[in-house]
Formats: sequence, C-alpha cells, structure tokens
Amino acid sequence: MGLVERTQAALAGLFPEPASPAAPQTEEGCQGAASREAGVLVTDQARHGSHLDVLCRLDQVVEVARVLDREGYFLESISGVDWLDKGQFEVIYDYNRLDGEHCRVMVRTLTDRSDPAVPTIFGVFPAADWHERETFDFYGIHFQGHPNLTRILLPEDADFHPLRKDYMP
Amino acid sequence: MTVPVHLRHDETFVLNLGPQHPATHGVLRVKLTMDGEYIVKAEPVLGYIHRMHEKLAEGGTFAQFMPNTARMDYLHALAFNHGWALVVEKAAGIEVPERAEYIRVITVELNRIASHLLWWAAFLLDLGGFSPLLYAFDDREQIIDLLERVTGSRLTYCYMRFGGVYNDIDQEFITGTRAIIKRLRERLPRLYHDLVTHNIILIKRIKDIGFITAEQCRRYGATGPVARGSGISYDIRKNEPYSVYPEFDFDVPVFGEGDSMARYMVRMHEIEQSMRIIEQALDKLPGGPVMGKAPKVLKPEAGYYYVAVETARGSLGYRLVSNGDKSPYKLKLRSPTFSNLSLFGEVAEGMLLADALAFMGSLDLVIPEIDR
Amino acid sequence: METSIWRALLYLVGLMAFAGVNAAWLGWCERKGAARIQRRIGPCEAGFAGLLQPLADGLKLMSKQLLVPQGVDGIIFRVAPILAMIPAITSMAVIPFAENVGARAMELSVLLLFALASIGMIAILLGGWASGNKYALISAARSVSQSLAYEIPMLLTVITVVMISGSMNLRDIALNQQGGFWHWNIFRVENGHFLTMWISFIIFFICSVAETNRAPFDMAEAESELVAGFMTEYGSMGFGLFMMGEYLNIVVGACLTATLFLGGWDCPFGLTPGIWWFLLKIYVLIFTFIWIRWTYPRVQVYRLLNLSWKILIPFSLANLLVTAALIKVF
Repeated sequence: MGLVERTQAALAGLFPEPASPAAPQTEEGCQGAASREAGVLVTDQARHGSHLDVLCRLDQVVEVARVLDREGYFLESISGVDWLDKGQFEVIYDYNRLDGEHCRVMVRTLTDRSDPAVPTIFGVFPAADWHERETFDFYGIHFQGHPNLTRILLPEDADFHPLRKDYMP
Repeated sequence: MTVPVHLRHDETFVLNLGPQHPATHGVLRVKLTMDGEYIVKAEPVLGYIHRMHEKLAEGGTFAQFMPNTARMDYLHALAFNHGWALVVEKAAGIEVPERAEYIRVITVELNRIASHLLWWAAFLLDLGGFSPLLYAFDDREQIIDLLERVTGSRLTYCYMRFGGVYNDIDQEFITGTRAIIKRLRERLPRLYHDLVTHNIILIKRIKDIGFITAEQCRRYGATGPVARGSGISYDIRKNEPYSVYPEFDFDVPVFGEGDSMARYMVRMHEIEQSMRIIEQALDKLPGGPVMGKAPKVLKPEAGYYYVAVETARGSLGYRLVSNGDKSPYKLKLRSPTFSNLSLFGEVAEGMLLADALAFMGSLDLVIPEIDR
Repeated sequence: METSIWRALLYLVGLMAFAGVNAAWLGWCERKGAARIQRRIGPCEAGFAGLLQPLADGLKLMSKQLLVPQGVDGIIFRVAPILAMIPAITSMAVIPFAENVGARAMELSVLLLFALASIGMIAILLGGWASGNKYALISAARSVSQSLAYEIPMLLTVITVVMISGSMNLRDIALNQQGGFWHWNIFRVENGHFLTMWISFIIFFICSVAETNRAPFDMAEAESELVAGFMTEYGSMGFGLFMMGEYLNIVVGACLTATLFLGGWDCPFGLTPGIWWFLLKIYVLIFTFIWIRWTYPRVQVYRLLNLSWKILIPFSLANLLVTAALIKVF
C-alpha cells in the first residue's frame, strides 16, 4: 500500500460517509470549495502540488492534525483565504513529510466570515504557533485555545487585518 | 551548557537583543529573559521589516509580482524567482524549453553557493573571526559579477520569466563559471577548511552547541540545512524533484549530530554538491530557445496550487489560490527561516548568551524573508 | 641616580609623546595589518598610505559631543575612561628602554606594573557599571572575572623570572640577560640545567593577550554578543580614551614580555645593544598580537576561564616548582 493510500485510509476514519469519488478537483476549483462534502480527495500532484485534498469541518481540524502527526507528517504552513462573496474564510493547512517518501496533504476548513473562529492545532504541532498568529494577524481569524494569539508581523497596535478582501488602506 | 541547578527565576532580567544588534544581521529582535549570562526564556519578535508582499501580489498581475520575489531572500533570490515561475507555469500550463530549465538550475545553484559563502562569512563574524568574511566575499564577488552579466542585477534578480528566462547565457559565462568552480575547489580545502573548519577554537565553539533533534525539526517544520544537520535526509531537489534536477547526479549531505557543527558541515558540503550540479548542467546544456510560448495575459484556471523549491535555507513554498482572474486571488509564501526560527525559543533555553548567538548564526537567518 | 628637574621633564614629555604616538599609530598599524591579512588595502586616503588617518580619527572624535546618557552615574562615567588611560601611561615610567634610557629604575617595578594593570581592569568595571546598560554590565562582569583568572598565572610565571634574576627591578632583570640570545631568560641555562622558561614565556604571552582584552580573548567587548561591551554608551573621546588605553596596554604588555624574557635592549648576537633592539622586539610582539587577533575567532567565556583555572594555573604552578628545584636543589 502506497503512502498516499495509507494516509487516505488513516484519514477516512474521520469521515463516515465516503466522499464522492467523482468530481475531479480541477472542475470544482474554488467554487466547489463550499459546495463539496467534507472528505478526502486524491488530487493530481503534478498539476496541483498536493496529493490529497482534505476538506474537513471545523471540529475535525484538530483530529485531522492528530492523525497526520501520528502518520509522521509535519506542518508546512497555514494560510487563510478570504471568500468575500460567499461570506467565508478558508484556512488551508499544508502538511508534508520529512522522510524519503513524499506525500503532500492539503487540509482545508471553512469558517464564517462574520465570526471567524477555528480551533488551534498548537497542541499537536508547535509549528502552528507562529503560522496561526500570522493568519490571525492578516485575517483576524481567531484560533481558539491558542496560548498567545497576538500580532506577529504587523505592529501590535494595528487595528486592521490587511489580507481581508474588503480592507482598504 | 545546561542550566545550573541554582538558577533562580526570580532574579532574572530582560535583555533586549535587537532590533539593532550586530549579531542579528538585520532587524530581528529577541526578548531574552536572562539569569546572569544564562538564557531563561527567548522570545523572537518579528515584523520590523514586514512589507506585506502577499497583499502586493493580490494587487497586480502574476508577472508584476516577479520582482517582489527577489526582495524576500536577497541572498538566494533566484530560488525565489524560480519557485514563483514554477508555480505560475504549473497553474497556467506553460511549457518551458529545456535549455531555459538548465540555465535556471545553473544560475540558482551559483546563487546558492554565493548564499552559503555569505552565510559562512557572517557566521564567522558572529563568532568573532573577521578575516574569513573578506575571504568569502572575495569568492562571492566573482559569482555575483558573473550573475550580473547574465541577469542584469547583482542581488535582487528578476531573471526568470513564465516560460523561460529573460536572457541567454553566452560562452563567456560558461568559461567564467568553470573558472570559479576551479578556483573554489582549490580554495575550499586550503583556505576554508584548513584555516577555519579545523580551528580548535571554532570547533569548541560550535560543536555540541545548540542541539536540534529530528523530532523537533518535524514538530516545528524546520527544513533545509537545519533538518539535514539533524539527520533528516530531506531535500526537495531529491524528495520532490522539480525542474531538471532529476537529471543530475548529486548527493544530499546529511549529518546526524544535530549541533551547530553539523549544520556548518552540511552547508560546506552543499557548496561542493552545487558545484557538481553546475558542472553536469554545463556539460549537458542543450541548445534551443530560452523562452517558450506564454500568453500575454495569464489567467490560470481556478484552483489550488502548491510548489516547493529548495532554497539555501530550506523549503520555500508558494501556495497559490486562483479564481481564474489575471491576478492571484491569494498567495501564501511559506518561507523556510520563519519555521526554522520558531524553534529558537525552545532550543535556546538554558544556553549561555554567547552560545545562543552562535546557535542563531547556525540557523542562517535572513530577516526580510522571515518578515516578508 | 642623579635626578634633576630637567631629566624628569624630559622623560615626562618623552614618555607622553611615546604613549600618544603609539596609541594613535598602533591603530593605523592594526588597520594596515588587518588589511594585509585580509587582502585589502586599508586606510590610504589621508596622507601617504593613510598615515594621517589617526589624526583625522582623533579630530573627529574630539569634535563630537561627549554624550552622557540619562540615568548613568555621571562622575564615574566620566572618570572611567581617564582611569583606563592613566595607569597605562604611568607604567611607562618604570620600563627600561635601554641601559640608560628609562625614567625611573625602581626596585619593585615589576610589582608596580601589576598593581597598575589592575587599575585598568577597575576602569572597565567602572565604565560598564556606570553606563547603566545591561550589555555594559555583563561586559564588566566578564572583564573582572577574566582579569582575576589571568593575573594569577601571569604572576606565577613572573615569580620564576624574579627567582632566576634575583631582583624585582626590571632594569636589573634586563641587565642580567645581556650578551646574546643564549643569555635571555627564555633560553636560560642555570647551573648547567636548561630551565623551563619557554613554558613561562608561552603562559605569560597568553596571559598578556587575555589581560589586554585582545581577540581571541576579547570577552569584554565581544561585538557580536555584547554590541561594544563596556564601551556601548561611550562616544567621542570617552571612547577614544578607552581605545588608546587598550593600545597602550598592548605596548606595556609587549615591553614587559621583551624585558622579562627576551633580554630587553640586548642584541640577539651579543653585538650592539641599544634602544632599537628593544623597539624592534616590542613591535614584533605587537605584530603578533595583531596577527592573532585577525586570525582566530573568539573563544567562549567559560572556556576562557577554564583555560586559566584548569590549565594555565596548574601548569604555571608546576613550572614554578620545577624552576625552583632546578635552581636550588641541583
């Protein structure tokens, strides 16, 4: 069993109903993000750079991180995306491996734009500390349970979140 | 050195290291809680040179962001160029001529050598050795001169284009590159290793100082020479091959000790491996155009794209989210030292100030890249 | 020795000039030497080969405002640089430059020199303490522990010299070594035994590098760790005096090494002894100081102390015993 399948199997336990195997990633693109069911999709690494695309609910973020931690992944980055017209923030976690085999997992979750809050995975990966602070800094997404959610790159007295699409300097 | 047992946490003081300090090489600030010369707690404070490149990317077209990429890691700017070209080419499905990829690899590897030489110089300066700085700059200057000939700039390159490179290399560049490799092959063992690497003071200063375990690397997401110095054989050029790297025969230097000396040795060996890559690329260099067909207005398909490249400091990731428009909808830069520095606090605890600064030097920090 | 007011005045002016010229132009020598080692040119604009550079630097430093930051201990802050300079110049008084060139040949001149050297350490401590800066304070603490650690082996090795010379007068010690390099203390043969004075010389030289706060033992002003150490808050001539004091300490250290071990003004071949041999010896030693500084990286502070307490002190003690035994027992 290849690494991709093994990871897929490990993650499958979190998503009871199997994700629709049809709909290739390219067709849904960003529009499909909201409409898609939560689940694991295999994507074309040569085309998109990641092997697995995991869309999870907010309450599954920590559990997904735990599973990937167990499987020996490391957190590469956390990025936010502001889907202004859909009224949602998306948080993308990129996981990768440091050992010989290669598998890149993109984990996405969506949160409401009016009250953005995502559970922190600081307890699983200390790497998330700074990445979550950065995402909070730029988007104002609250990572619940983060011990020190303060601004990291912008001045501490800034009262704006510059990467929001409706931010006007 | 470990924390002595008598350490009293109620007798500490705060030492503000930076944002202007000779050892931070830029505007990094570290809030150190000290007990005498022992560090009780180290807290890096970032953002003094933050320029919000990610917002700038959203404001312009894909091509307009290319010059910005070189303003982050000014020491290995061509790798940042390369990564941005690769991610946009991936998203927009642009074909690159083979010769262009070869030229990209040659210039990126030359730039990597220059970056490692400068790291070496600055690291020795951190340790109080001034003369090696000038020796390394002497060599680096020649590489920079060579790159200036072909790219048109010395530090903040904007050399790559979507679909190729902007300028073809000529015979003079090729002979110059071979001459530099020959010169470095002579000077590395004689000057760099005999004078510095085997120096007892240097060995005592960086051996067994600043241990990073492989597990710490994984939990903090440390990559590049930091991970390879901790026994992790992770190099994107090998693990997730991009460009024409699979066509070259090179090794990934790995040292398992996890101390500053291991990271030092990794970088010194990487210089040699980069020279091997350049030699092979020059030997195999195919003919043909250096610029492929690329549409005037780029509108990549909507979707999520990720490209990672190996810079001198580790894994650089471009996370691009496109909505089919002519400017990136979202661009996230995963810069290697941002993650590498995040483990500084944990490792520096209980160290002496002088050792912590030697350890910080061994991480090879480039502040504009951390702050973006 | 006959003393007249003219002689005292002559030596006062002469020594001040010697000290001033050395303090200024050693900076130039250091920069040129460093440049040669680093394959650069070094200062070359002001005057021929940059020889007027020290004057330009001095003028610049003197034209700057002497900033006394808020919250510092004003008096001590001002006194410290002067205190760094005075002992170094005073030390010159007892150094015998040649058989008949020397301001004062005191009986206990060795003791006086070490007493004065300790005052220089106090200047650093005061400067660092008064600055009210944490880097300066750490630097002052380092400096004191370093000086304490290195004065002990230094004195222990000097005792060996005093033993074989039977005098604490520098002039007598030098006179004792006349007549060619085989008479010098470093190659001393006593009662048919070759003494281990070359060990004393090495220990003494290492200690004098450490005592003068020179790289690789420049703990006190480790610029990549402590910014500028005790000089962090100093500008203008406050900084200038510290720098001059540092160079003068090097001169005194070299003079002492030359007198104690290298025969003072003696010619190596037993021919024409004179002041030029003394000057040649001290400048060769000073060049060695410069050479070492621009070659080696800095050691860690605890290794520096370990080197003294765990290696140099036991060695110098053993050396002392062996020398005493060779002189007296056999």
